[in-house]
Amino acid sequence: MSDFNPNIRAFCCHYTSQQASSDHGEGLKQAGFPGNVVLDRLTCTGKLQVSTLLAAFEQGADAVYVVGCPPDGCHNVKGSQRAAKRVGAVKKALAELAVEPERVRMYHLERGLHPEFVAAAREMDTMTRALGPCPFNGESR
Amino acid sequence: MIIAERKPVAEILDMVRDAKKILVLGCRGCVTVCSAGGEREVEILASLIRLGRKKEGNPVEVAGATLVRQCDKEYINSMDQWEGQYDAVVSMACGVGVNFIANLRSSTRVFPAVNTSFFGGSVVQGEWTEQCAGCGDCILHLTGGLCPVARCAKSLLNGPCGGSQDGKCEINPQVACVWQLIHDRLESLDSKEQMLRVAPIRDWRPAGHGGPRKVVRNDLTV
Repeated sequence: MSDFNPNIRAFCCHYTSQQASSDHGEGLKQAGFPGNVVLDRLTCTGKLQVSTLLAAFEQGADAVYVVGCPPDGCHNVKGSQRAAKRVGAVKKALAELAVEPERVRMYHLERGLHPEFVAAAREMDTMTRALGPCPFNGESR
Repeated sequence: MIIAERKPVAEILDMVRDAKKILVLGCRGCVTVCSAGGEREVEILASLIRLGRKKEGNPVEVAGATLVRQCDKEYINSMDQWEGQYDAVVSMACGVGVNFIANLRSSTRVFPAVNTSFFGGSVVQGEWTEQCAGCGDCILHLTGGLCPVARCAKSLLNGPCGGSQDGKCEINPQVACVWQLIHDRLESLDSKEQMLRVAPIRDWRPAGHGGPRKVVRNDLTV
């Protein structure tokens, strides 16, 4: 278990992640962003579908999280609130399949590269390492 | 429209536990509108079945598709394109769709993915309430357009039961007493004397108590 390097997918709002990815991730790396977290930039997290989050698990993710704007500060008004609802739906679906619902999570953060953005990734990384490989990937690890 | 809700994934996985190739088949009718079984929900269920089976160490091939409707023979006929390709069809249509596939495709194993709930409408986004019981002998002209068969817990036809409090049903205090609503509406329409009418003993056969119902429109049959 000690050599377990979790596969983590992060779906981020364009505004939340624009600075984070503007220098090809160099700034992120220097700030301590875990190398095993793969960022997916979205026009708005409100565009995110439940099926996209589930597909990330199908593709082998051990954990998936979404970073959108603060609920009352979304550039597209309710985009990050919609995303939070969809993350809630995936949590429910994981629970139905007897998989830890905490493997999917929603963060509401201010736009840009803040310590909180890096902290969220590190939190997911630490939590996923503690949980171990996702049961969907159990056989293949 | 017909309102439905997806069954728990574990129940669906149990139905198709022996299947190797599954077609999740949605319907672009009512279940799309109530977000239970349209294209988007097909994608989600297909993914959940794959994940559930992967977790069991018994991976499965799952494809998704939708029909315009599953309550018409001509659309069921379009299933011929998948003939022999799947050993189970999981229908996300209402129960009518499941019945139609079972009626018309003798060798197709078909399973229901949703619980068909009621005839209802959307009061606000994401919330549906029962409005009609499909009971076949409509009396809405006598009740101000509000249905006591569907919306009274006791389906009373001659006024309230006497158990409601503050306009709420004694069976479920979250629900308005429909007879209170009927009274208030008839009063506002200056027609409350309709409340004095005594409903004759009802023939419940058209409500389904006479077995499966049938409508034939001779002007439409060819």
